[in-house]
Order: sequence, then structure tokens, then C-alpha cells
Amino acid sequence: MTLYAGKREALEDAFLDREMPRGKPRSLTRDAMRRLRANKAAVVSLFVLAFIVLAAIFGPFFIPYDYETPDWSAFRAPPSIESGHYFGTDQNGRDLLARTLYGTRISLTVALIATTVSVIVGVLYGATSGFLGGRIDQAMMRFVDVMYALPYILFVILLMVMFGRNVFLLFAAIGLLEWLTMARIVRGQTLSLKEREFIEAARASGVSTFPIILRHIVPNLVGPVVIYATLTVPEIVITESFLSYLGFGVQEPLTSLGTLIAEGTDVLEVMPWLLLFPGAVLVSLLLSLAFIGDGLRDAFDPKDR
Amino acid sequence: MTIALRSFAGALALSAIFLTGTALDSGRAEAADMVVYNGGDVTSLDPHKLSGDWEDRVAGDIYEGLMTEDPKAKPVAGQAESHEISDDGLTYTFHLREDARWSDGEPVTAEDFVYAFRRLQAPKTAAQYAYLQYPIKNAEAINTGKIEDLSQLGVRAIDDKTLEITLERPTPYFLGALTHYTAYPVPKHLIETNPDDWVQIGTIVTNGPYKPVEWVPGSHVLTAKNEEWYGVDDLQIDGVRFLSMEDNSAGFKRYRAGEIDWMTDFPKDQFAFIEENLPGQAHVVPFAGLYYYVFNTSKPPFDNADVRKALSMAVNRQVIGPQVLGTGEPPAYGWVPPGMANYPEDGARVEWADMPYGERVEEAKTLLSEAGYGPDNPLNVVLRYNTNENHKRAAVAVAAMWKPLGVNVELNNAEVKVHYADLRAGDFETARAGWLADYNDPINFLDLLKSGVEMNYGRWSNETYNKLLDQASSMQDLEERGKVLKEAEQIALDDSAALPIYYYLSENIVSPKVKGFEDNVFDKHRTRYMSLEE
Amino acid sequence: MTIDLPPCGGDAGRQRGVLAGANVSSCGTLRRYPRRHRKHPMLRYATFRLLSTIPVLLIAITACFFILRLAPGGPFDQERALPPAVLANLRAYYHLDDTLIVQYLRYLGRLAQFDLGPSFTTKDFTVAQQIAIGLPYTLIVGGSAFLLAMVAGVISGVCGALYQNRWADYGIAAVVITGLVVPNFLVAPILQLIFGVKLDWLPVGGWGDGSLPYLIMPVIVLALPHIARISRLMRGSMIETLNANFIKTATAKGIGRRRTVIGHALRPALTPVVSYLGPAAGYLLTGSIVVEQIFGIPGIGRYFINAALNRDYGMVLGTVIFYMVLIVVLNLLVDLAYAWLDPKVRTR
Repeated sequence: MTLYAGKREALEDAFLDREMPRGKPRSLTRDAMRRLRANKAAVVSLFVLAFIVLAAIFGPFFIPYDYETPDWSAFRAPPSIESGHYFGTDQNGRDLLARTLYGTRISLTVALIATTVSVIVGVLYGATSGFLGGRIDQAMMRFVDVMYALPYILFVILLMVMFGRNVFLLFAAIGLLEWLTMARIVRGQTLSLKEREFIEAARASGVSTFPIILRHIVPNLVGPVVIYATLTVPEIVITESFLSYLGFGVQEPLTSLGTLIAEGTDVLEVMPWLLLFPGAVLVSLLLSLAFIGDGLRDAFDPKDR
Repeated sequence: MTIALRSFAGALALSAIFLTGTALDSGRAEAADMVVYNGGDVTSLDPHKLSGDWEDRVAGDIYEGLMTEDPKAKPVAGQAESHEISDDGLTYTFHLREDARWSDGEPVTAEDFVYAFRRLQAPKTAAQYAYLQYPIKNAEAINTGKIEDLSQLGVRAIDDKTLEITLERPTPYFLGALTHYTAYPVPKHLIETNPDDWVQIGTIVTNGPYKPVEWVPGSHVLTAKNEEWYGVDDLQIDGVRFLSMEDNSAGFKRYRAGEIDWMTDFPKDQFAFIEENLPGQAHVVPFAGLYYYVFNTSKPPFDNADVRKALSMAVNRQVIGPQVLGTGEPPAYGWVPPGMANYPEDGARVEWADMPYGERVEEAKTLLSEAGYGPDNPLNVVLRYNTNENHKRAAVAVAAMWKPLGVNVELNNAEVKVHYADLRAGDFETARAGWLADYNDPINFLDLLKSGVEMNYGRWSNETYNKLLDQASSMQDLEERGKVLKEAEQIALDDSAALPIYYYLSENIVSPKVKGFEDNVFDKHRTRYMSLEE
Repeated sequence: MTIDLPPCGGDAGRQRGVLAGANVSSCGTLRRYPRRHRKHPMLRYATFRLLSTIPVLLIAITACFFILRLAPGGPFDQERALPPAVLANLRAYYHLDDTLIVQYLRYLGRLAQFDLGPSFTTKDFTVAQQIAIGLPYTLIVGGSAFLLAMVAGVISGVCGALYQNRWADYGIAAVVITGLVVPNFLVAPILQLIFGVKLDWLPVGGWGDGSLPYLIMPVIVLALPHIARISRLMRGSMIETLNANFIKTATAKGIGRRRTVIGHALRPALTPVVSYLGPAAGYLLTGSIVVEQIFGIPGIGRYFINAALNRDYGMVLGTVIFYMVLIVVLNLLVDLAYAWLDPKVRTR
């Protein structure tokens, strides 16, 4: 078991300087999957994650309350089986179970948006840089180095000020700040790939740069992208909860795990259920993603650790 | 030396760079200092640059105006030991105390006050609250640049200790306005020699019971007794540490651990907990303030009084204070908070105030359908509020109350700066707003609905209402004036000019150690009247 | 002595990849530089690095400046609307009535003289004065947190490696990962409640006289995620080192386990941890915002949030500039230390 220390360390260690294996690239993925299945923590985590995701998507259909309508007879009610508020209600009389499920849905959605944006930008940037090489590559990577030195959270807050309350737009913007690691890995892979015969063959037959990048290089990046995504999603969920704490959460009556926890923290003595339930979901979500990411990384990087 | 040992040493050396800070903070927390959770950070110690009630708590301890507040926040003699008012109510003559001195021992003179009032109104001072002293003759004209000669201001020194103030028109609340920090004197002798830095700790001199001795931005302002103040011998508390803290749940934990003596705000969710575990320490009392929603009457459908009335009727105000907020804010069916001076005891109320809630909802539905809204054509409303836990809860509850009428509500919150910028620009449909009295007079609240007033965000306009307010402004008989104002209030309520929700409560928690803390409707509690007991 | 940077790729290069600074991809350009000026290579390199960040700073300042101005709301919008005349006075006083370009140029002009300008929210102090007042608090809390994170992280990481895949390893991993997944705004109030309110062992908040009891909780909260990161880094690199040939040789020679680990393996295994110092400032910033807020510490972490919310333009730009310079300088120091410490790098 090797829990990741940080996305950048984990990924660059595994992918930045490795020779691409010769032979069919597919077999690498298949090997990795086999190794992943042997990792108990990762397998259990996969089930936990699947359960949380399914509950977030389908759960709201099976409970009698919705996430926005107050139950005027039950304000600040503790969890109870009889009333049907299994997780209790909040200060507005809204059912916490419904809100937790919706919150999970929103948290996962914003995380996916940010991750997708960052993967797309990172892959395109890194592949372009690696493929073009030379001075352009130098300049593009210098830019990435510089971006690493920017105080990231300050810019997130500035963007928040700029975009106001549109959370989905905001997280797309966060994705635009998160692509750096991805770009470096993709560049490294591209550099080693582009010397290979099939690329040269493509080039010789007159295919221009972008189609080559898209058709031949991008498909070889499945492994790192999957790992990257599993490591980025928890990072974004934590960023979201940090922003919620600062009061930049999603618009009511929508909610997110981060918002629920930030609100629950203030009342942890008087209404502990408001913290416990969303907190438990957040921690299980993050832990399972961490173990999966870790397992995937080990699976793709079979170095004995 | 091997590599890694060196690299480890290097790492330690680098971390040590972090530790170059010097000795910080005096740590002067003696037993007789009172520690106050004071909300936001103080903007300035210059009374002309303030705008918040947390700043007033500091400024009111270190400065004193011609008039000052007693423990009940009523105006009493301050730096002026007596005054006369002319029969026409236009000229006030103040006689300063012989023993009024600045903290450097210089006497406080009438000239200091003249200088302060001129500085307040001078456009280049850019004082945010200058308009509170607009009753003074020519003040508004000077502040807006119409008159450039500062000496035209209606304030003059007759001799060193006699000051004469002339007003534009009789103003019944003027003595109260003189207790406000905009009417504090500033040390002319110091500002003229040191205009840029006079307000720094170490340089600043003040004329109140206390003087500031330490200020760490983001942390606290510390005061100590001003030995030159005329009543210094009676002061019980040696100084106050005003903490700049905005996280009231963190503050409440410190209060419980005994690190804070008085909190000027507390987390509402803890109210039941406080009542149960710290009985008698929560001071929740009526506060001269109104919490309301404003309709943008320049935009359809809110130009339709029936729509506004329907939305207002459907808000169950009995639920908001006790249940949603949990501290029991009294429901507002009128515009002027109860207990204002110069106003009839029974202010105006909406005519449907006593109708049972169920009937109100039915009538609201009828009104909406008459206006053309119903299940087939739902009314869509965007309700805006500034980011804050309490505003959020009220908005969520109101949205849920409107829903049965077939109204779809979209909630939209923004930071306070954005919220009010948009309100001023008229860029909203319905929005949360609030008003706290600056002085004890109903005109304070009624002005909010007058045409052409900046704070009339909804642009509601009614000719008769405006006329009644103008008529009242020149009336000398306070009782008659009160009746005219009440008539105006009734017009606004009948037309559902805005949607009053509740009257504010001031929410302090005060340690049993603190004696002499008296509840009052303006939430002003000066340290000079308090003491600390172990 | 030269201070050649490690080659792109390769073992050293990979570890350096952890740095947030400008290294790996740009070493081609950088390497040439010191060679031409062998007399003071370190100095030249440092100067070059610092100079090359000026354009970056400039871009960031420009971006911040215009993003802020485009954002809705202004510094003088508040709960009680100001009369237009007063607002005009205020805007004129702070030169906000000029065109944006004029304001921008004026800002840059003042910046060139190291003047960060006035603050709208704390009017009696300039931006620079406020940063100077808040800095020591931030540095003391941040520095102590970092020392704690180093010590605790290294020890727990080594233990994890030595007891790899045994209960001690799992136990440490469980504690450490909790530090990563539980948000610090949740850890802080819980600690306050337990140790401050219930047990009454420590002050709940404030700075007091700056003595140890006031520091313990903020430092722990700030250090937790870093303990986790360093611990994981240390564990990984320790396992890798223990599998290296020279350790195997040592073990084969019959040197005891403890001596092998402390005498031989610890030192090379520490290098990635050293690299971690660079990005630390950035990470500490995020944490310090929360910690300073909850514990009521007057450091600069809070300034930024309050300033951004209050549209205190000068203060926002001031803190951004300050943090960027701090991060750049820290990265540079780490790089220089690295180049100086690592003989593989030094003797090339």
C-alpha cells in the first residue's frame, strides 16, 4: 500500500522519465488492471465509490423528502426513524439525507468538470509542446514552470470574485489552473513516443501535426489520465469545501458536501448530525478515491515499493 | 560531511528563515482590562473615516462629542456642560467644560469643534457619514461642492469655550446626532502640525475617557485610561482590548473559555445552548432596526401593487424569528420600529396584520391570479441577498412560503459589496436590505422610501408620501409632526412599498463578571459605565 | 565549483520535478548561463532567476489589476449607500476617477519605487505597513508548522518504511491520510472545543504573548496536511533507498539494521523532502487563511480574503505581489541549497 503524497510526486515519479514500453500498448493497461484487482484496499474502495456515486444519482428518487422544501413541523430535528428524516433536518427544516445526496452529486459534478477541463487542456498543451519540440517546447515548458510559482489559491479567489456565483463556470476556471502536471507528463510521454516508427511513418505520409497528436499520441495516455483524474477529483472536492468555508459555496437551495460540512462545523455541539453525516460521506469519498488512485498508480508503475 | 546530512541541515536552515520574527505584541492583558469581541477590523481611529458600529465602540470610548450617551443611550451633556436652544429651534449655543482636555493636556476649545465640523464636510476629507450632520447650515452645500468657502458652515466659536451651531431648519433629533462620531472634535493643534500621521499610535491624542495605546490590524485595538479626562477618577475599567474577529463561533468558544468578556454578536444556533448552559448571559433585546425585502418597482411585475401585496401577505413572519432564525425576532408589520422617539406609540401597521395566515395565503393567491399569474403562468422571482447565514435562512424560508402561490423563486447571493452595488444600480427584482437607526427619529426610516433618496433602492415613488415628509420637516410641534409621519407610513404600507419582515434584535453575550451593562434600543454600551468583578 | 543544474530527465532531474520553481525543462538555458561567468556562478544564477521572474510578476499584477476592476462592486459600496457627492469625494481622494489605464500606470510607477499604496479598509496604515505588521505572525506560525511537519513527517515516514505493510505502517497511514482528507476548518474547531473549552489545557485562540501554549493548536492544524505529504514522500523514498545496492551491501557486510538506516539510508532518502520546501509557501498560504481566521492570529493570510471581499484593490495586489515574491525567493533558495548540497550536481 502506497498512499500518494501529492499528485505531482505520484505521477511524475511514475510517468515522467520512464521509457515507453515497446510492443502492444494495450497489454500495459491489461497488466495494470490485473495488478489492481490484486490490491484489496483499491478493490474495496472501488465498491465504496460505486455505492456513493449510485446513491448520489438514484438515491433522491427513493426518499420521501426533497432537498429544498422545509418540513414546517420539523426544524433542527435530530435523526429519527419515525419521522422519515433518517439524517435529521437542518435549520430550515429540510431533510439532511436528501441534501447530503444532492450535495454529493454537486461536489462530484464540479470535480468532474474541473478535472475534464484540466485533462483536456493538459493533454493538448503537453502533446503540442512535446511534439513540436525545440524552442517552442522550451518556451511552453518555461511557462508551465512559471505557472507553478503562482499562488494558486489567490487566483481561485480572484476568479470567484469575477465569476460571482456561477459555481460550474468557476470550476471550469479552476480546471484551467490545474492542468500543469498533466501537461508535463503528457509532454514527457510524447517526447519518447514521437521517435517511434509509426509516428515517423505517419509524418512521412504527409499527415499534419494535430491529427498525429490526436490519433497516435493521445490514446497512449489512458493510464496517466485515469490516475490523474482519480487524484484530481479529491483535490477539487477539498478546494470546493475550502471555498464553501470562505462563503463562496454553491447557490441555495442547492448545496454541496463542502457547504454542508462548513455549515455543520459551526453547530457541531448543538446539532452534531449536521456535521457527522455529510462528513462521513466526504471522508469515505476522499479515502476511496485516494486508495483507488494509489492502487492505479502502483498498478501502472510496477516498481517494487 | 555527507550529502544528506548537509541537505537536512540546509532544510533546517531554510525553515529557520521563517523564524526571523521578532518579539511581538505587548501581551498587556492585566486583570482590569475588558476583552471585547468586536466584529470587523477597525478602519481608522480618525472619527471622520469611520462607518461601522464596531468602530463606533472604539471611537465612542476614546472621543467625546458635545453630547454623549448615558447607559441607556440617551443624549446627555458631554464636552459641553450646558447648552441653550433658541426659540426658533435654529441656533444652539454650547458651553464647553473648563476641564475638557486632550490626552496631551491641551485644552479642548470651541475652535477644535469648528475645525472638526469643517473638516468633516470638506469634500477632500471624503467622510462617508458626513450627511449625518447635514442639518447644520450649509453643510450639504459644502460637502457637495456647491459652496467652497468652509467658513460658511453654520458652526462658529464665540470664544474659547463657547460654540454656536446654526441649523438649516429645526431638527428635533439634533442633540442626538451630536452624540454620533461624526460630531466628535479632532485635535486641531496636532493635525495642523502633523496632517498625515497624527492618527498613528504614539502620536494621536483624544479627548474621551480612554486613549488608544496599541493597534495591531487584524488583531485588536487596546485602550487605556486617559488621565486628562475630567471623570477619570470614576473609571472602573483600566482599558479595553477590542478584538477584530468575524468568526463568531470561534469567538464564542473563546468566550466560553473565559478569554472574552463581552461578545457583540453570537452564533444564533447557539442561542438555546446559551440559555440552557449560560443562563442570563445572552442579552437579546429589541434594536432600532428593520429587516426588509425591497421590490424593484421600476420593473414589471413589481410595479403592480397587488403583486407586491400578495408576496408580502404570504410571508409568515411569526415563523421567521422564532423558528428559522431561532432568536425570536419580532415580526414587522410596520415600517418604523417600535419605540422611536417623536412618534405615536402605536405606529402604522399593514391592514391585514391580524388576518390568520391561511386566509392571507388564499387572498394572496386571488390577488396574483387577478394580476394574471397562476399555475399556467407562474410568477418567476429572483430573490437576492448578501452572503450571510441568517440572510440565507430567511430567504430559503420566504422562497418556500411563496412557492404555494405558484411563484418560482431563484435565490441569488453575492458578497456585500456586489449586493449593494447592484441594488444602487437597480439591477435586481427583489432583494434583502436592512436599516439600523442612526438617531432616534422615525424620519430615519421613512426617508428610505422617499423619491430621489439614494437608499430607496426599489425606486418606489408616491407624491403624497413625499409631500407629507416635506411638510413634517418644517413642523415644530413634535406631536403634530408625529401624526403626519404616521400618515405617510400608512400610505407606504397600504401600497406595499416594500416588504418588512422583522425588527432587529441586538444580540450580546456578557460575562457575569461585567457589571453596569445596560440593555438599550441603540445597542450602545460605553465602557465608562461598566466595571469588572472577579 | 560550478552549480550546474541537473540534466533534463534522469534521476536527479526527476526528484527536482517536485519543485515548484523553474528548473527541469529550462535547464538548457540556465546551464549555459553560469558557465560563461565562472567567477560568481551562484550569484549570476540567482540574479538571472530573479530577473526572469519580473516579467511573470508583471503579467500577474496586470491580470490581478484588471480582473479586480472588472469584478462587480466597488470599495465604497456598502450597506448604507453613500450620497453621490460623498462617493465622488472618496473616488477623487483615492484617484479612482481616472481612467483605468492612468490608474494602472500610476500603480506601476509607484510600485517601481516599492510603494504598494494605500489601503481602503484600514486607512491609517499603508499596504506595506500592514504586510510588515502581519508578516512576523505568519512567519512564526508557518515556520513552526513547517519544522513540525518536517520532524513528524520524516519520523513517521521512516517508521512506515521500516515496518512496511505491517500494522505500524497501516496505523501511520491511517493517521496521516486523515490529515489529508479532513479539511482544516473542521479540525481546528474540534481541537479548540476539546483542548480549549472542555479540558481547558490551552488558550482557545488569540496571540496572547506569543508563547508556546498559544502556538500549539494553530501550528498543529497548519502542519497536519504537510506532515501527511512529507510522511508519504519520506516513506516512498526510504523504501526505494533501502532497496538500493549500497544498502544491500551494507547489510551484507553485517552492519546492524539501525545503523544502516540512520547512518546510510536516511541521508539520501531525505532529498525529496528538501525539495518539498519550495512549494511550501504556497501550501502554507491556503492553510494560514483558515488558521489565522479561526484562531484570531493577525497574520497576512487573512488580509487577502478580506481585501478581495472589500475590493481593497491596493491590498489585494500587495498581498499577491508579496506572496509571489516570497514563493520565487523560497524556490530559488531551495534550488541554490540543492545545487550546493548535492555532490552529484556539484561535481558534474
